[in-house]
Amino acid sequence: MEKVLNINLKVWRQANPEVTGRFEEYKVETSPDSSFLEMFDVLNEQLINSGQEPVAFDHDCREGICGMCSMVINGRPHGPKKAVTTCQLHMRSFNDGDTVVVEPWRADAFPVIKDLTVNRSSFDKIIASGGYISVNTGNAVDANAMLIPKDDADTAFEAATCIGCGACVSACKNASAMLFVGAKVTQLATLPQGKAEREKRVVAMVNAMDAEGFGACSNTGACAAECPKGIPLSAIATLNKEYTKAKMKGF
Amino acid sequence: MNLDSKIPEGELADKWTKYKSSVPLVNPANKRNMEVVVVGTGLAGASAASTLAELGYKVKAFCFQDSPRRAHSIAAQGGINAAKNYQNDGDSTYRLFYDTIKGGDYRSREGNVHRLAEVSTNIIDQCVAQGVPFAREYGGTLSNRSFGGVQVQRTFYAAGQTGQQLLLGAYSSLERQIGLGNVEMFARHEMLDVVKIDGVARGIIAKNLITGELERHFGHAVVLCTGGYGNVFYLSTNAMGSNVTAAWKAHKQGAMMANPCFTQIHPTCIPVSGEHQSKLTLMSESLRNDGRIWVPKKEGDDRNPNDIPEDERDYYLERRYPAFGNLVPRDVASRAAKERCDAGFGVGPSKMAVYLDFKYNLMNKYGKAEATKKGIANPDDDTLIALGKDVIKEKYGNLFDMYRQITDENPYETPMRIYPAVHYTMGGLWVDYELQTNVPGLYALGEANFSDHGANRLGASALMQGLADGYFVIPYTLGSYLSKDISTASISTNHESFDNAEKEVAARIEKLMSIKGTKSVESFHRRLGLIMWNKCGMARNAPDLKDAIAEIKALRAEFWSDVRIPGTDKGYNPELDKAGRVADFLELGELMCVDALNREESCGGHFREEFQTPEGEAKRDDDKYMYVASWESKAEGEWELHKENLEYENVKIAQRSYK
Repeated sequence: MEKVLNINLKVWRQANPEVTGRFEEYKVETSPDSSFLEMFDVLNEQLINSGQEPVAFDHDCREGICGMCSMVINGRPHGPKKAVTTCQLHMRSFNDGDTVVVEPWRADAFPVIKDLTVNRSSFDKIIASGGYISVNTGNAVDANAMLIPKDDADTAFEAATCIGCGACVSACKNASAMLFVGAKVTQLATLPQGKAEREKRVVAMVNAMDAEGFGACSNTGACAAECPKGIPLSAIATLNKEYTKAKMKGF
Repeated sequence: MNLDSKIPEGELADKWTKYKSSVPLVNPANKRNMEVVVVGTGLAGASAASTLAELGYKVKAFCFQDSPRRAHSIAAQGGINAAKNYQNDGDSTYRLFYDTIKGGDYRSREGNVHRLAEVSTNIIDQCVAQGVPFAREYGGTLSNRSFGGVQVQRTFYAAGQTGQQLLLGAYSSLERQIGLGNVEMFARHEMLDVVKIDGVARGIIAKNLITGELERHFGHAVVLCTGGYGNVFYLSTNAMGSNVTAAWKAHKQGAMMANPCFTQIHPTCIPVSGEHQSKLTLMSESLRNDGRIWVPKKEGDDRNPNDIPEDERDYYLERRYPAFGNLVPRDVASRAAKERCDAGFGVGPSKMAVYLDFKYNLMNKYGKAEATKKGIANPDDDTLIALGKDVIKEKYGNLFDMYRQITDENPYETPMRIYPAVHYTMGGLWVDYELQTNVPGLYALGEANFSDHGANRLGASALMQGLADGYFVIPYTLGSYLSKDISTASISTNHESFDNAEKEVAARIEKLMSIKGTKSVESFHRRLGLIMWNKCGMARNAPDLKDAIAEIKALRAEFWSDVRIPGTDKGYNPELDKAGRVADFLELGELMCVDALNREESCGGHFREEFQTPEGEAKRDDDKYMYVASWESKAEGEWELHKENLEYENVKIAQRSYK
């Protein structure tokens, strides 16, 4: 017979942004091979069958790459395992009888929409402010015309693996978005293609970040510790360096 | 109905060049007055929206996710093809064209596919210019690897997350245009109908998923980039939200669905492990560069795979297809895995899996090379494994981590267990050379259309097609259409066609909410998936398909009388949104079975058990079925078939062989 885990859940319920939320308690029976979100599927099926409203939560690819899933599990964004998103967290990481507390990302710049769903459009606005290389379709030269040292390509790639989930913001006591912004700035400042507008970019992105209401960085490093893609804290150092250099040049 | 594919006259290699240089244009001042609605923001949608905006059109873009960056293109792993011939191994535009036509089992259009191969090289250039960090060699040049059905190395990649990097490139271009005010973005919006005025697409009805309100949006043209419909099978490698709704609404408004039964079952996915499972996870085809597929030679052998000696292993792909080995196309690899498992040689707890084993290449290919580089003479096995592991980690690291996370097994030490799963749909909305459906002003790009992959798509070609359509095709072809529409002023959304369309959408939502039945949406979706997988999956036959049609009709009737949707139609209600999508899948599933039943041949991913060669390969019937089956919706559950005959002027038609 398949092994079963009994989990006691405390889940944040909030019908809409205007009302005050509260924790509700539920009991769920789950397979240890289920993912955390599949455990929530079981809960929602139970709730629907008993005439209650299911818990709203964001999710899509369930492969750890789209960045949509976003739960704070026992106080940690994406739960207890290192470098794993909520959707790739499996119930075998928990014990029979465990109580698990589940909350949404909490940050002023990520207002709650419903239950565990939050609004992260502030991240899109930061990218729209300058997180790109200004090149229209059709303007490109041959891809091998520009040789890029493998180490630079690897550094850019590592930074570019950010999935934009917002765990860094959620983990930070200041709700800072420095790791997210640092990752994009690192990617584009490392590559020769991105150098033409590096100063303008970093200043615009930092300004957008501040305007969206994210906090400052106080170097606790919780963001990098909780990042499901392992974006290193050095991304923030690069961001600071790029920003300072740009400001000294008068941008 | 006349299905005119509008393939330009002239030599194959000149068609696109000639088209581009003679196509009518819209002048910059007029472009600013023309509005385009783009639905979906994956590779096709994001690239189309940003490129059209760069040209000066006013673009409105829509996605159901919370951000355009989440579209499911992001999950593509292995790579993107381009005929760059950087490896000097004999690649060319013609060879990429030929491989794609042959891989598709001679069921795609020559003109479209050649254009795809032509623009493939521009895509790589464009992406690099955007800052997409492709894998590189130490000398700074781009790195390539191989994919199935091909004997050259033409696949560009970024570890096992190429789709993510390409989508983030397209997304950054899109965000740039949003920031510049050229694109208005509507995230968490779902298209629920196409609005037609005088037979021409003039906008959409979209639902704001947060407020539940219906909105009207005008466009001189509507471009659907809404992906495939693999989720009709419930379990697939698609994202949970991937759906057919936008394409299906277009179909109900007159756009034809072409070859809907052409489904790609991907050979290397993590096997189903239990009832709880909500989706399946792909292990990239690129792993077949370095992984060897095998099952034990002895039936029911349940020893630990590492304890089974070499001579007791059946590397069945290398045995059956020596020329292509582990890199046969997906349809061939999937059927071969099914054949072994059905014959009792499957492995793992369910016995419905085969091994994908990296040990041989880890030691002999990479381990030895690293040892030589480091000057280690006569390395022992453990040293070779340790050295090889680092190389494999760099090539596929995230995939190995993902496998470990899901199965709790370490694939560096134990072979992966894999089995075929639904992955991609070659079928889709019928489009002509200009990517226009048979409804004027309504376009379909990327996986949402049917055009380039025939009956089987080759690996690393989906990313290529999505970006080709969005960056390099639609900017020209849409301009051709809009150049004839410059005197049309923006139409008010108070027009009665918008009124009527919105009323119908609202009535359908009200009907869903009023059922108040006893069974969840999920339970219906699961049951539909089982019917589709068992009877319209990897192997099909006439009696099963007829059963499936009857079962789906009954299930649909049950859905509309007994589904339970909690909450209300106001505000954020994901269950209601899912119900609408499943309702559409319940209609599409029937059409897929109708199409599969009609096509009395086997080709590519469509395998009719009645039609196979003595060796068990797909047996085409070119005399009767060398056509695109395009279905026109007549009423619910009723369709009329229109045939677009395929003509091959450049490729010699042959029985596909990978032996």
